[in-house]
This record gives sequence, C-alpha cells and structure tokens, in this order.
Amino acid sequence: MNSGVSVENIRRNGALYVAESRIRQMSKWKGIITVVAVGNPLFYLVAIGIGIGILVTENSGTSGTGGVEYIVFIAPALLANTALLGAMDETVFPVMEGFKWRKMFYAINSTPITGPQIALGVFLAALVRVAFSVFVYWILLVAFGVLSLQDSWISVFVAMYGGAAFGALMMGIVAGVKKDDYFLTVLGRLVITPLFLFSGTFFPLTNMPIYLQPIGWISPLWHTTELGRYFGYGQELSGTMLTIHFLFLTAMLIVGIKISNIRFTNRLLK
Amino acid sequence: MSESLISARGLTKKFGDFTAVDGIDFDVAKGESFGLLGPNGAGKSTTMRIIAATSRRTSGTISILGRDPEEHGPQVRAHLGVVPQQDNLDTELTVTENLYIYGRYFGLSKKFVNKKVEELLAFAQLEEKKDVKVEALSGGMKRRLTIARALVSEPDILMLDEPTTGLDPQARHILWDRLFRLKEDGVTLIITTHFMDEAEQLCDRLVVMDKGKIMAEGSPAELIKKYATREVLEVRFGSDRNKEVAPILREMCERIEELPDRILLYVEDGELLLEAIAAKKLHPNTSLVRRSSLEDVFLRLTGRSLIE
Repeated sequence: MNSGVSVENIRRNGALYVAESRIRQMSKWKGIITVVAVGNPLFYLVAIGIGIGILVTENSGTSGTGGVEYIVFIAPALLANTALLGAMDETVFPVMEGFKWRKMFYAINSTPITGPQIALGVFLAALVRVAFSVFVYWILLVAFGVLSLQDSWISVFVAMYGGAAFGALMMGIVAGVKKDDYFLTVLGRLVITPLFLFSGTFFPLTNMPIYLQPIGWISPLWHTTELGRYFGYGQELSGTMLTIHFLFLTAMLIVGIKISNIRFTNRLLK
Repeated sequence: MSESLISARGLTKKFGDFTAVDGIDFDVAKGESFGLLGPNGAGKSTTMRIIAATSRRTSGTISILGRDPEEHGPQVRAHLGVVPQQDNLDTELTVTENLYIYGRYFGLSKKFVNKKVEELLAFAQLEEKKDVKVEALSGGMKRRLTIARALVSEPDILMLDEPTTGLDPQARHILWDRLFRLKEDGVTLIITTHFMDEAEQLCDRLVVMDKGKIMAEGSPAELIKKYATREVLEVRFGSDRNKEVAPILREMCERIEELPDRILLYVEDGELLLEAIAAKKLHPNTSLVRRSSLEDVFLRLTGRSLIE
C-alpha cells in the first residue's frame, strides 16, 4: 500500500472524493446543464410573464394571487421546481448508473470508501448542480424585475433546501430500484407531472377542492414554494405554517438520507 | 510458509438455501500468486468478494493482514487492488480520468496521483489512448485499464476475478505479461480463472474448487503429478466406435476418460501407447499426445470438464 493512503483521511473526506468525481462527470454535460439552466427560465418568463400572466391579470387582477402580479406569484414555484428537478436528475440517474447501468458504485466500494459515503458524495454533487441552476434562475428573475435582489435572496436557499430534501428522498427510493423497466416512466409521468400541477404552483393550493389538497400537503414542491413566496416577496405566512413547511422538508431530508445509507450499504454488501 | 497475508478457516457463504462457499480453508503467503480454479458457479467470485470485504460470510473465519474484513472493511480494502469480473470503468470519462478519480478514492494527493497515472499508462500500454473516452477502447484495453486502476494505490494484494475471460488470444498474452511483471515485483496476486493455461502460467499455488468446496490444493506441477499422469493420449475413433474400443483401451493405460467426442488415455509415455494401439489394428481417426494439464486434474477430481 502506498504510504499516502490514509484510512483516517478517507473516513473523514470520502464523500468529498466521491462528490469530486461526480462533478467531473457532470462537467462533461456542462453545455447542456447551462443551456437548460438559462433556457428554461427564459421560456417560462416569456410564456407566463407575457402570455398567461397578462390573461390572468386582465381578467382577475391580482386578487387571486395575494396582491402580486401573476409572474411574481409563480416565480418562487418555478425556483422550487428547478431545484427539485435538478436534484432529481443528479440523484436518480447517477444512482441508476452506479448500481445498475454501469455499476460504478461497486468500483468505488472496492476502495476504502463506504456505501453511505458514496450516497453522501452523490448528494453533495447534486447540491452543487441545484445551487447553480437555482442561482441562474434567480438572477434571471431579478434581471427581469420579477423579484427584488435585496429582498428575495433568501428564497434561493429555500429552493435549494427543498431540492436537497427531495433529492435525498429520491436517492433513497432509487437505491432500492432493481428493475428500471417502468420506474423512470412512472416517475416522470405519474409523480413529477402531478407534483408540478397540484402543488400550488400555478394557483393557490386552497383553490383546489379539499380532497385534492392533500397532494400538495405531501408535496415537497408545495412546502418549498410556500416558503419561497414568504421569503421571495413577503406573502403572508403564519409562524406555525412556516415551522410546518420547514419541518416537513427537514423530515424528508433526514428520512431520505437514512434510507439511502441503509440501502447503499446493503446493496453493495452482497 | 512465510508470513500469511490471508487466512481462512471454515469459510462459508449461503444465499438462502444455496451454499456458494462451503467451509473452505486456505492461506495466502506474502508475494505468492494464488489461484482459485474452477468452473462457473464454483464459488470463486463469492470467495473473492468476501476477501475484498464486500460480502458478508455466513460462518467461518477470515483474516486479511490480521484483520477481519467484516469489521474493518475500509482498512482491509485500503490494502487491496480489485479487478472485478466485469469492467466497471466510467465509460464517459477518459482513460486518464478513470485512473485519477480512483486514486482520489484512496485519498491520495493530486500530485501523487498525477505522477502515478503516467506510470500506469505506460504499464498498461495505454499512453496513446490517455485522453480517449473509455467507451472507445477495445476489450483488452479496458481490461488493462481496470488492472492499472487497481494498482493506483500500490496495493499489497491484487485480486483478479477472471482477468482474461472474453479476450482474444493476443490480448490475453499481453495481459499475462503485465501480470507476470507484477508477480516479479513481489505483488501478491489472487486470481480466479477457469482457464487451465492461465492458472499454469500465473499461479504458484492454487486450489481447485467445485460446488463451493476445495477439491485439491498445490502448485500446478504438484497437482498434475498427483492427479494425472505425465502424458495424455487423445484419440478419436468417431462417435460410434469410441464406445466400442473403450473397453480394450481401458486395459492399456492407467486411467481413461471417455468424452463425447474423444477418449483421453492417461499414461507416462503417449507415443508408446499409440504404437501399442496401432499394433492391435485399432486405427484412430486422429490422435494427439500432449502433456497433462490442470484440465485433466479437474476432470479427475470432479468427473466433469471445466467448460461445460
């Protein structure tokens, strides 16, 4: 063994080594990641800001959106959505690759690095991607005058926190997927799309009949969006609800990481 | 035996009702090239995974450099270089990047890894491919890269699971040459294979495994001496006549194996036997005298051919 190999060092920094290589892999896609990060908000700003926004404001003013323009109302939701989708991309695909498609996690695990360290490394790298996408989105929202630079910067971190919670949970779920035949299709069509539509993204959740509202209550997108509206443009939010939103995301984060740790360990150890 | 790096006693691994490894004992000495020989499903890879601290044993004991791999996985793995049966390289990264990131997983400094990568590229004869994505490499190149990757931490023990399966003869020979150099440098090698010639080329000592058990142990020469004769005469009379002449041939040699397409006759002097057969006016369609190999040992021990 080379004298530079320090098990103690790896025990402390193993997850960072994994994150380093994940970012290297991601950087192969930097062109696409950047185009998506910039293009996506531009599409929404034009379509919603100019198109639907005018339709909504002309017909019902700002009464339905808590006194703000429609584009302002959905801006925190778009930020949250970007964070969640980015986190999902950077957990679902690397975990499928690592365990199933190219089995790279088994290669990493034949070094002193452990399963939970691999999970944490993938998670940390996902956060880097999330931070990048959310930040770009926010800058564009500020540049287009949708949000204010001084008053909305906390909403960037709120969106990232929501992304982190969702990413952790997705990682835990995907780590248990052995057959990928339908998983990704079902995930995209039956989980992500409804999440996007029924989480108070385009209209307040309370506009929905009460029996549909629970979709929002269990949706990390709704909790992140509500926090984002509070920190983004000062939508009213009670202390209780603020705490509930925060605790919900925190619980999701912790549960996701716990499940990931257990599943990564067991799946790597045959 | 000199200092024992690996020592296993009663090592057992069950998957449900299936016993993959069935109470095996073995020791591997420092600097030794140790082989696990057997057909697919013999329990070789499972044994390798237990050594590599990536599989929990069901019972028995195993110590690697004095440590139990189950309790000290990372510490044990720090000393190992693992070449799995199937290459699990990152095909989207370049050859250099694959070596580099793997070195980082061992916590090695960027400076050291960069220097080491150059050395490994030369060792694996991949200097010209250093900036090429792995997906564009041939099978033999990928295999050499996987081996080079396992060497990045300068491991005490290099574990190779079926290192040349699926490679063409030229790629195999290049690989054997590289492995032989490592052996000369004193690296302890643990190799699983179902190729006899590979085991004879690379292993100082080996165990023959079948159905999770060790059937025999020794150097290739010892095993051949103990379980086979010096030479083998292979004769073919055509599938119909083989059965007919077998009883006659049985009387003329030490041992006989009737395979579907040919008959193997175990003797000290194959040419002499062939003359005797000709004298009896039994003219085989084809005949071949060869040295006994581990294949013959395996046939003797299990009554089955290695590659079925």
